[in-house]
Amino acid sequence: MEDRTKIKIKDLNLSIGKQKILKDINLEIPEKKITVILGPSGCGKTTLLKSLNRLTDLYPDMRVSGNIMIDNVDILHTNEDITLLRQKMGLLSQRPYPLPMNIYNNVAFGLRISGRKKKRYLDKRVEHYLKMANLWDEVKDRLKDPASALSIGQQQRLCLARGLAVDPDIILADEPTSALDPISSEAIEKKFVELKQQYTIVMVTHVLRQARRIADYVVFMYLGEIIEQGTASEVFDNPKQDMTKQYLKGSFN
Amino acid sequence: MRKFRHIEEKFFRVLMFLSTSIIVISLSVIIFSILHKGLPSLSWEMISQTPKGGFYFGKEGGILNAIVGSLYLAIASTILALIIGLPVALMMNVHLVKYKKLVDSIRFFLDLLWGVPSIVYGAFGFSVMIYFGLKTSLLAGILTVTLFIIPIMVRAMDEVLKTIPRGLMETAMSLGSTSSEISYRIYLRQVISGLITAVLLSFGRAIGDAASVLFTTGYTDHIPTALNQPTATLPLAIFFQLSSPIPEVQNRAYASALILTIIILFISILSRIFSQKYQKNRIKN
Amino acid sequence: MIIGLVIVILLPFILGIGLYIKSILLLEDQSLFQLLFSGDWRPLSGKFGFLPFIISSVWVTTIALMIAGPICLLTAVHLTQYAKPWVLKLMQPVIDILAGIPSVIFGVWGILVIVPFISDYLAPFLGKQTSGYSIIAGAIVLAVMVIPFILNILIEVFKTLPDELKEASLSLGATKWQTIKLVLLRKAFPGVISAFGLGVSRAFGETIAVLMVVGNVASIPKGLFQPGYPLPALIANNYGEMLSIPLYDSALMLAALVLFVVVMLFNMGSRFAISRLEEKV
Repeated sequence: MEDRTKIKIKDLNLSIGKQKILKDINLEIPEKKITVILGPSGCGKTTLLKSLNRLTDLYPDMRVSGNIMIDNVDILHTNEDITLLRQKMGLLSQRPYPLPMNIYNNVAFGLRISGRKKKRYLDKRVEHYLKMANLWDEVKDRLKDPASALSIGQQQRLCLARGLAVDPDIILADEPTSALDPISSEAIEKKFVELKQQYTIVMVTHVLRQARRIADYVVFMYLGEIIEQGTASEVFDNPKQDMTKQYLKGSFN
Repeated sequence: MRKFRHIEEKFFRVLMFLSTSIIVISLSVIIFSILHKGLPSLSWEMISQTPKGGFYFGKEGGILNAIVGSLYLAIASTILALIIGLPVALMMNVHLVKYKKLVDSIRFFLDLLWGVPSIVYGAFGFSVMIYFGLKTSLLAGILTVTLFIIPIMVRAMDEVLKTIPRGLMETAMSLGSTSSEISYRIYLRQVISGLITAVLLSFGRAIGDAASVLFTTGYTDHIPTALNQPTATLPLAIFFQLSSPIPEVQNRAYASALILTIIILFISILSRIFSQKYQKNRIKN
Repeated sequence: MIIGLVIVILLPFILGIGLYIKSILLLEDQSLFQLLFSGDWRPLSGKFGFLPFIISSVWVTTIALMIAGPICLLTAVHLTQYAKPWVLKLMQPVIDILAGIPSVIFGVWGILVIVPFISDYLAPFLGKQTSGYSIIAGAIVLAVMVIPFILNILIEVFKTLPDELKEASLSLGATKWQTIKLVLLRKAFPGVISAFGLGVSRAFGETIAVLMVVGNVASIPKGLFQPGYPLPALIANNYGEMLSIPLYDSALMLAALVLFVVVMLFNMGSRFAISRLEEKV
């Protein structure tokens, strides 16, 4: 059975000044699967991820053209409130960036700014999402401590809980394990496999083995272009492009 | 709720725009008011003659004494500060570069010194002068101003030298290696424009400060011919003559203010040119 | 080289000790507490109460910061978060030139523009009468003087904040302003406090410009539109006579010492906070 398409990217081009970062990206990302974007560093993976929730708006000299359809809404040309769009997507970045406040408020932040302020409701939600990110047991006695006091691995799980708390459909993850120790990395990977029951996950990585472990779909990018895309077994076991073969053999990196 | 947060953002954006405008407007008004009062008072006579009949009462004459005095003072103390300061800055970034803690604490001291108000330097200089039984003089002024600008000069140079990669410094020190000669030249050019900016900054401070010379250089109608004579300076020419009830004398103050402003603007433009050169040559690492 | 280095390191101590030695004469005569908290200033009868000057200094500095602080904060946020890059490029020379203008020029501007503005417009509007030479005039001139100084530090502080923090907050659905208010300002808070602290130390010691517009009357000021007499102005105005009155020179050097100590404390505190912030980021 064909998977339902969650995100559909059509002719996406992105440039900074004269430099083209993304060239004619066409991509369909299926719902409730893990799609891994692979490629050597500097190939535009992160930029592609950021354009999905329009963080590209932050950089005034970036020019974007094309369409990004999420649930059939073109987010690049919509009148809808951009903050609502972004709440549909949780973002996990390379290193955890906890907000400068305590653990509890980090998770409650997204709920509070969208107007839900009742304490009992927040308490319940915070507990729920911390449990979901496997962090609750470690922090339940020190919810009022600053988030910066946690270890890096704990911080990354906190960022996951924080992202889940706004009830997104999609999780965008940009090399989420690159700053973590092997044990924390594994915990995050396992979590992702669990989470795909409910969420569409798009993950950028350059760790090949990680991609092999968890990917359902694979997109291989090089110098701002998509070289190859398909299911994990197609791309890993039977790559069509020379460049993909070389990359999988490890001649990049 | 949703509406409120957008209104709040609009409101603060207007405030932010206003704040930025206030700063631009303030600078414009300052320069305009100095031009407005200074230009009519400015004449060849004004800048080519010393005051006649006393700087506070005499209606004739100009401000040559203050212009020359200020230049003497600022140039001499900038050179002195350069002689003392450049080796210190070099030492911090070449010889001591391995002792990061020490260099950091020197930086801390310099930053503290940079923050000491010039009136404190003036008061200190004055009490030293009294201790040695000296009178107000060009020399006392030069020494006080030198102390006052050393931290500025060293710290500004330090910021420039800090950016040089260490390997390059080592090759430069051991000399003779031709392979890196080209990059060495590039850095030298970059460093020199940075150092010139630092010197100009210090010169600007030296020529513009009033409180440190108030006690130490005194004031006179004449152009000094020796280091032990008192000296007029532009900032004090403005300060003293503006308080005179005689309009002609006040005009001399306005003319002095205009001259001083022009000098400062000129320095500012020069250092902008040099610092842009410095930025352009700078190799990003 | 060594000599230069020694000079640099010893200079703060030499300054402090030099001023202390000169002020010892007065301190032996009267207690420090009495000197600092008495309002009785009659040098001819040997009464040296510094309170009017200290209060004037505190007033002028506080109000200057109350004016300059918000303006700098709003402008720094505007330039680093909202404005197009060319606006920042355009503002940089404006800030630099403002920072380079000598104190005495600010004083002239104060006399030409601020003093008449206060006596002819602001005071009548508020139903007060004043010559214009007042605490508020000193504070306004001082505010404009410290703006470039504080603003430059704040711009640096906001530039050191990681983009990812902003992205994290935005991706949770915060608006740009919410991100600034709830996340960036909180993260930058120690830096902002340090910038203000350095601003205070700069403002507290500023002499000529304030002296020219503040009125210089040696009694405790009773309102913003009354003349004041800050410490630096006291020193600058009286150096001429101080040798002819017993203990007067000692009193003025004590004033300089007080100034030095206050400025140093604010400076050290702020720089310490900044260095801790840099470690954290």
